[in-house]
Amino acid sequence: MSNSNLSGGTDGRTSDAYWKANVRLMVGCLIVWALVSFGFAILFRPLISGIAVGGTDLGFWFAQQGSILVFIVLIFFYAWRMKSLDRKFDVDEK
Amino acid sequence: MDQYYLNLLVVGATFALYIGIAFWARAGSTTEFYAANRGIHPITNGMATGADWMSAASFISMAGLIAFNGYDASAYLMGWTGGYVLLALLLAPYLRKFGSFTVPEFIGDRFYSKTARLIGVLCLIVASVTYVIGQMTGVGVAFSRFLEVSNTTGLLIGAAVVFFYAVLGGMKGVTYTQVAQYIVLISAFTIPAIFISLQLTGTFLPPLGLFSEFRDTGQPILATLNTVLGDLGFASYTGQQDTDLNLFLFTLTLMIGTAGLPHVIIRFFTVPKVSDARYSAGWALVFIALLYLTAPAVGAMARLNIIDTVYPNGVGEQALAYDERPEWIRNWELTNLIQFEDKNGDGNIQIYNDANPDFESRAQELGWNGNELEVNNDILVLANPEIAGLPGWVIALVAAGGLAAALSTAAGLLLAISGAVSHDLVKGAINPNISEKGELMAARIAMAAAIAVATYLGLNPPGFAAQTVALAFGIAAASIFPVLMMGVFSKTINNRGAVAGMLVGLVVTLVYIFLHKGWFFIPDTNTFTDADPLFLSVKSTSFGAIGAIFNFVTAILVSRATASPPQRIQEMVESLRVPRGATGASAH
Repeated sequence: MSNSNLSGGTDGRTSDAYWKANVRLMVGCLIVWALVSFGFAILFRPLISGIAVGGTDLGFWFAQQGSILVFIVLIFFYAWRMKSLDRKFDVDEK
Repeated sequence: MDQYYLNLLVVGATFALYIGIAFWARAGSTTEFYAANRGIHPITNGMATGADWMSAASFISMAGLIAFNGYDASAYLMGWTGGYVLLALLLAPYLRKFGSFTVPEFIGDRFYSKTARLIGVLCLIVASVTYVIGQMTGVGVAFSRFLEVSNTTGLLIGAAVVFFYAVLGGMKGVTYTQVAQYIVLISAFTIPAIFISLQLTGTFLPPLGLFSEFRDTGQPILATLNTVLGDLGFASYTGQQDTDLNLFLFTLTLMIGTAGLPHVIIRFFTVPKVSDARYSAGWALVFIALLYLTAPAVGAMARLNIIDTVYPNGVGEQALAYDERPEWIRNWELTNLIQFEDKNGDGNIQIYNDANPDFESRAQELGWNGNELEVNNDILVLANPEIAGLPGWVIALVAAGGLAAALSTAAGLLLAISGAVSHDLVKGAINPNISEKGELMAARIAMAAAIAVATYLGLNPPGFAAQTVALAFGIAAASIFPVLMMGVFSKTINNRGAVAGMLVGLVVTLVYIFLHKGWFFIPDTNTFTDADPLFLSVKSTSFGAIGAIFNFVTAILVSRATASPPQRIQEMVESLRVPRGATGASAH
């Protein structure tokens, strides 16, 4: 059922370039992922504590709300960008 | 109508719905049983994933954890949602392309090793079984509180319903029931929250209400809460008590643990295409976020409501007389989840932080002699509609929601367990020539057996039942996640590296947990405590991320020292990374 059905569908060079573009996009998204959660919500919270949000500071907002909203945007952004990368490198599913 | 009959009616109706769906979505083939024919729409799958993921812990316990730990509990919020970013970017699309039925099957094929597959099965079973015990006990508690039957009867009814739709329908039946359960649980969670947000802040949406002004004081909710808590000697709600290091590692452990939990990963095997797997993770997070964005509001507002109930004239003033306590306190006293002891004999209820030495002199001045009301974290969500004085049907809906959360997660876990037994153990190791019909029968028998074991453990919970978070997430983070990630992102990690990495990650993490929680969770066999841990300020619940580092480093070093993977494996990894050629929905 599994590996016998796998096929790449492209030559090595295309898939290398495709993979590199994918990894670049992924790293960008993961930097944002880490920045809003580990950064703004935890480690850099004291640095942005001057910015007030509804009775508390921006770091608290990121910790209990902002990071989750950014996570959602990140996944859809990645899925959307990947779909056009799939098409650009002609490796999308028919 | 009497509340009891109303509860019975609403819970009965939802159960009838689940059973109806089970009849409609019977599984006829192994593809249907393991992967719902790979024909589930990404949004439908996202909703099912939401129910699969949000357990009794998310529904019942999380808001209570936030209410009593404030900012520090943010680790749960970020950890249990941030994991979906890792799933969408690093795992789901590639594992969907691979097209296996189970997580251990991928590990076994990619690392061309039966041993790796069997360690995968072991990790999966330990993580999933501990997790399922909590769900089964949750079913028992919800039944006994709302339907006034014994814990045992409640659990047996719950198990019978799960048995029916999981054994009959497999992944296909479970998926469609989970969609129904999601709708029940999310309505049950958000409707009371909307009412409470309106009462306290006049704001319709609870996530906005959390950052709005409190009607009674004109100050923001969170600022009011900080002041009130400070006046009673409690720690600041928005302040950080934990260390940066532990908070960081705990959040990271929950994130990579979420991405490595097999019952979540297998949900992404059900969508038709690789690109659907990416979108589906996004939809799953949207549906999960509806609850996770509401929970912090529920937590903060419930904490404020409780203090307001006990000190109706403000915190410095006369506390509420015990004889005048509201109905909901009376109801929950019957379950012992709220306990009152009049320590200073004045007939009033005083809540304050009696563990704070700085508050001691103030308490003496007021004639207080210890905190008098113990409120269990877990009742906040269940008691919320009563605290806010909402109509009876909302209370009944919350009962049905709690049961939906527990049952949907239990079914997902049982599916992961039965797949590992029938597909990885029976077909993979014991009898590779088994027919499709035989395997389907084996999967159903494995499912029935898993339900029997889970029910037994739910009735007789072992000492470690409460340690689910540490154990399940520790194992998933330290053992399963790294090996899956390396399987996709490295062509050089070989069979020996993977096996060594998984074992080292698993053992190091288990030893660290056992050193703090007791060997095999036997009380008093621990050398350290989480208050004073072995390594810096790292609690046993936060160690999974460090275990993962051990796993990565070991796998890389061992792979370097031994023979590289054969050419066909390197080609397999190449093709994993490219969407084209994935096996689509089969035409059964």
